[in-house]
Amino acid sequence: MPSLNILGIGVISWLIFLPVVGMILILALPKSFTKYYKYITVVFTFLLCLVALFALMNYDTSKAGVNSIDSYQFVEKVPWINLNVANFRVYIEYFVAADGLSFPMIILTALIGLIGAIASFSVDKNEKGYYSLYLLLVTGMMGVFCALDLFLFFVFWEVMLLPMYFLIGIWGGPRREYAAIKFFLYTLFGSVFILITIIALYFSSRDPVTGIYTFNMVTMMNPANLPNWPLALNYTDLRLLAFVALFIGFAIKVPVFPFHTWLPDAHVEAPTAISVILAGVLLKMGTYGMFRMSYALFPDAAKYFALWIAVLAMINIIYGALCAMAQTDFKKLIAYSSISHMGYVMLGMASMTEIGFNGAIFQMFNHGTITAVLFLAVGVIYDRTHTRGLDDFGGLANKMPKYFGVVMVGFFASIGLPGLSAFISEAFVFIGAFTNNTGPYEVTMRVITIISTLGIILNAAYILWTIQRVFLGTLPEKWSSLKDLNVREAFSLVPLIIIIIVLGIYPAPFIKLMTASVNQLLGIIAKF
Amino acid sequence: MQNLILYSLSNFIPETILVVTIIVCIIADLIIRKKSFAVTFVAIVGLVLSFVFVVKQWGLSMSIFSGMLAIDNYAVFFKLLFIISTLFILLFVETSKEMKTASHKNEHVYLILSLTTGAYLMASSVNLIMMYISLEMVSLTSYILAGYLKKDKRSTEAAIKYIIYGAASSGIMLYGMTLIYGYTATMNINEIFLYLSKNPITDTPVLLASVIMISAGFGYKISSVPFHFWTPDVYEGAPIPITAFLAVTSSAAGFSVLVRFFLVGFANTEIITAVKWQEVIIVFSIASMIIGNFVAVWQTSLKRLLAYSSIAQSGYILLGLAVVNSAGLFAVILYLSAYLFMNLGAFYVTILIHNKLGTDNMDEMDGLGYRSPFIGVTMAVFMFSLAGIPATVGFIGKFYIFSALINTNSPNLTWLAVVGLLNSVVSLFFYVKVLKHMFLNKPEKPLPELDYGYANILITLLLAVPTILFGLYFTPLLRLAENSIKIFGLN
Repeated sequence: MPSLNILGIGVISWLIFLPVVGMILILALPKSFTKYYKYITVVFTFLLCLVALFALMNYDTSKAGVNSIDSYQFVEKVPWINLNVANFRVYIEYFVAADGLSFPMIILTALIGLIGAIASFSVDKNEKGYYSLYLLLVTGMMGVFCALDLFLFFVFWEVMLLPMYFLIGIWGGPRREYAAIKFFLYTLFGSVFILITIIALYFSSRDPVTGIYTFNMVTMMNPANLPNWPLALNYTDLRLLAFVALFIGFAIKVPVFPFHTWLPDAHVEAPTAISVILAGVLLKMGTYGMFRMSYALFPDAAKYFALWIAVLAMINIIYGALCAMAQTDFKKLIAYSSISHMGYVMLGMASMTEIGFNGAIFQMFNHGTITAVLFLAVGVIYDRTHTRGLDDFGGLANKMPKYFGVVMVGFFASIGLPGLSAFISEAFVFIGAFTNNTGPYEVTMRVITIISTLGIILNAAYILWTIQRVFLGTLPEKWSSLKDLNVREAFSLVPLIIIIIVLGIYPAPFIKLMTASVNQLLGIIAKF
Repeated sequence: MQNLILYSLSNFIPETILVVTIIVCIIADLIIRKKSFAVTFVAIVGLVLSFVFVVKQWGLSMSIFSGMLAIDNYAVFFKLLFIISTLFILLFVETSKEMKTASHKNEHVYLILSLTTGAYLMASSVNLIMMYISLEMVSLTSYILAGYLKKDKRSTEAAIKYIIYGAASSGIMLYGMTLIYGYTATMNINEIFLYLSKNPITDTPVLLASVIMISAGFGYKISSVPFHFWTPDVYEGAPIPITAFLAVTSSAAGFSVLVRFFLVGFANTEIITAVKWQEVIIVFSIASMIIGNFVAVWQTSLKRLLAYSSIAQSGYILLGLAVVNSAGLFAVILYLSAYLFMNLGAFYVTILIHNKLGTDNMDEMDGLGYRSPFIGVTMAVFMFSLAGIPATVGFIGKFYIFSALINTNSPNLTWLAVVGLLNSVVSLFFYVKVLKHMFLNKPEKPLPELDYGYANILITLLLAVPTILFGLYFTPLLRLAENSIKIFGLN
């Protein structure tokens, strides 16, 4: 198992713990350094991007990962809790690595982490708390994507909740308390089901080497290593139940209808940078978890429920788009559009085809970058005008030409215009879902796909209408002194725009990152 | 006979040391006649000495005083827990402003020590009479302690309520014990087990009734529903260090004897099927979790909130007992160790807040996290630990409780794990409410920062650091728990 070290420490550990180092530094510095906190955060998240880039350069796209422990990359595997006494043999590992399912998300986390840090400059109260919590949040997210030990995964999954609660609750908008606690309770409710499934998996497992229970998810992906009650292969009902439990846990995060109601509240109240993180990375943890755990650990159940996942995806796409159309609050509109776009990910996931899976993971990445642009765009005008009402604006195109130009790319990408990244992923998703591989549901799935494509039209409708309301028409008198993008805002937007355009024109290298792993995952599912 | 007594006494050193310390404290108090740290110091020395001799008992397995008390790892574990908690409480009292208003000078020191001695005896009793006597010893001292602030009406009221509930429950318990004695003709729980497993069980209603009655006594100590009614009032009225003491030592002592009573006396499949005590425990547990968590949501007083939290926590611990196997017992031990740190911590922060604000009303705590970031952050650690969020020791406790529930198939208790976990979601709501007041709410006018001395910060850290450290590296706790339960011979 090859690993990649920087200064003797594994690259994944750098990715996970670099933000914590920054957090400790910020906490340790006295108050007189307050104005430097934001720069420290930017420096550390920038270093994080460099480490991610370094990993990217050393990433071997031919290695599959998923259920084959030898083809994971940057593996670090150290016993964490190892108690070997008669009745209680506990073995928990610090086991982190990357493969094609997680690596795009790792890059996304590093990237959005930096963008969010740049977008945080307008925070003007309790900087120490804000930036240290922000960095802790980045660590939590990175850890979720890297962890391959279920216990470790769950720890990161929950640890990430705490900073999020405070970031929304302290630095958020007028209804921040409500939004923060709603987010917290919803996610914790979901975690309950994840935790139960994790414990059940643990007791069903047997490590082939040591002969004791294990939390190692890669080991568990081999059905031979799940020999015990309750989740061995022959307990079909229990496995289906466990899949549903796990699915609910992740669905709340995605969010899938009907668990979505926390999202608009959280987005509207969260400060700009946190909205960016929330939409850019946090939602992906749900779909990532589905791929990594629901699909790889319960391939039989995944196949069984494929149609239902597709139905939920369709509801998400259409319902999200319809809700978005009814909004007058800019941020709420983007929040609902996120629900709609995460529906595409789910649809690709339900297709059980290579192209659909590739499309789904690629859509996760693209949605991360595009939504980040849109939330930053809202942030720019909100900082200037302190309103997000779509009807309060008009004619901004002439007043803020640079802003208009940059944001337009984001809007068009969101519609799925050819030449921009989301077009590729959405096309993949629809092709995959149409030529699906779900056996008896093939025809139904096609119908669902056709209905789902309506989402694209609705999507175009609300985005174009938004452009019309905000950028076209006449500029209201009160905004006559608005200033165009400043350097900092440009720095946060332009890298994302470049990525959106480049991936739209030449997505092949990026898709290559995940193809091997996607095929491996399909191989697991094909056995059932 | 004489030899037997001498032999027993030679294994009774930790308790003897405590008794001697109590006497020395009383004499010292009589000589000094004013508030002095010297008395507390004597008590600390006594506790440390006792600690040394308790540790020496590790690994022993014997019964002394003709089957009245057992010396085993299980008892040692609880004694260590009591010592640590008592040491903290003595420090709490020293730094609490509230306790300084008492008209007594040093009496609390030997009252606290005698409660600890009673708790020692509870943890080792294997005889119904001994259980009753030690439980009463703990109760009597706690009544006095609860009413320690004689001039404070609420404190006196708390003591009276406590006595009334206590007297009623222990009366019921005593009646239950007579029923068992009438049925088995023995008071020793090992012999009760032998009798029940050798003879066919005929009069199950009698046994069930007696088990429920005995649970009333224990349930009152651990503040489990439906024997919890005293808890909020006493927690609110008693001085906070005493509340913390009741919440941790007295409750853990209740668990030590409850668990031993059931798992030594009644842990065998036939007895469980006949007597159905497992169902009784499950009902108490669910009721405690639901009532504790849901009522806590509406509290505005931090002390009352912690009272309901204690009720809910005892519900979680009962879940571990309800599994009736070694994994469940293991989880109970782990949870109690976690409970020691996080609950004492939560109460100590409450003391520190009370020292400055003179109230435990949460509305007065708006913006407290900015007035003293240290208080805010440590409170967050303890609250998240109580709620069972990972990277804290509370999560480890919950994790093992729910693991035990999921991994048992006779009967299948996974549903109980779901109930417990959903309850912990509810509990998060009110634990976070405390933090909401501290961080999210802004006071109407800016208030001055609060400064705390090094002693206060040090004591808080002594509790907060283990809360996180054992959450990240819990091997020592697992080892301790594993060794503590060997004597039960459960599967």
